[in-house]
Amino acid sequence: MTTEQTPVPSTARGGVVIDVDSCKGCELCIPVCPPNVLEMSSDRNASGYRYPILHDGCTGCTACQMVCPDYVFTVYRRPRSKKGDGQAG
Amino acid sequence: MSAPSKQLPIVDSTTPPDGTVKVADPNPSLILGAHSLCPGCGEPVALRLLMESLQDLGIVDRSIGVVGHGCYGSFVRIMDIDVLQCLHGRAPSCATGIKRVRPDSVVFTLQGDGDMVNEGLQEVLHSAARAENITCILLNNGVFGDTGGQATATTVVGQRTKTSLDGRDPAKHGYPIPVSDLVASLDGSGYVARGHVGDPGGVTRTKKMIKEALQSQLDGNGLSLVEILTMCPTGWFVPAGEGPNYQQQSMEQTYPMGVLKRPGGAD
Repeated sequence: MTTEQTPVPSTARGGVVIDVDSCKGCELCIPVCPPNVLEMSSDRNASGYRYPILHDGCTGCTACQMVCPDYVFTVYRRPRSKKGDGQAG
Repeated sequence: MSAPSKQLPIVDSTTPPDGTVKVADPNPSLILGAHSLCPGCGEPVALRLLMESLQDLGIVDRSIGVVGHGCYGSFVRIMDIDVLQCLHGRAPSCATGIKRVRPDSVVFTLQGDGDMVNEGLQEVLHSAARAENITCILLNNGVFGDTGGQATATTVVGQRTKTSLDGRDPAKHGYPIPVSDLVASLDGSGYVARGHVGDPGGVTRTKKMIKEALQSQLDGNGLSLVEILTMCPTGWFVPAGEGPNYQQQSMEQTYPMGVLKRPGGAD
């Protein structure tokens, strides 16, 4: 695990804001993520739990937000372009 | 599961990405602060769905919750809604009183399986038989989670609990009681459904069931019941992340999902 990496700005269609200190480390979000871009950290939060970190590629599908018992995820998505030119933004 | 897309870089998840709009907020305004339940518990998800359903239907200001006793009893501290916490298992009877005195209110009960099926089976059955116009939400995890994971009347055959260490044995412990099927068989019930919160599809379907149940109450169709299977990894002795899998292999085999009864005929 590479939590030491410096986070980069997301280029994906969506993204999540993770409320790290609310997380209790249950890992329910990890298998339900369709693009499989969530991974548990090696670090621990203030309560001593590992928490999810986000890799690039989130689609903003809200699956993690739906199953999370601790209300950790706020989900954002880029509006689709009107012309359908194949670009996410 | 396959490995995460580790080749892709870690992205910043402390602020919203540029140019995006918020599509889902995990904190409904009716939930004030954090709850105190275990990691991997399904009950907070059910609470969120219930609060969101009340908001979606626009009935928050006339909703009254009647909460039983169990882990979810601590939700009375964080539910921004009128709440009565009553004796163990007696929520449907208290809800009956509230609904009869204030017929314009929307009354729902929040009960666990130990509360509804062990302590208060007669309350919910008689309320259904009387066609009381209330909505009962059953959070069914098959154990008394609040007291440490003892078996309840809904523990499925073979399930290991603190009081059935070798698995529930019908010869010793009897068979589980499918309370939703009992309520659905009564003429006084209007809407009965069973959902779960173990995966996103289950969460979406369960929210639809809760809204339909509340709408059934608004339409005056008699008692409505939504049984929600919630994970209790602590009581099931499984890792928190294994809760949905365990639930799928044990409880969902005994309690099939779906709408058991709806006004105008079941599915």
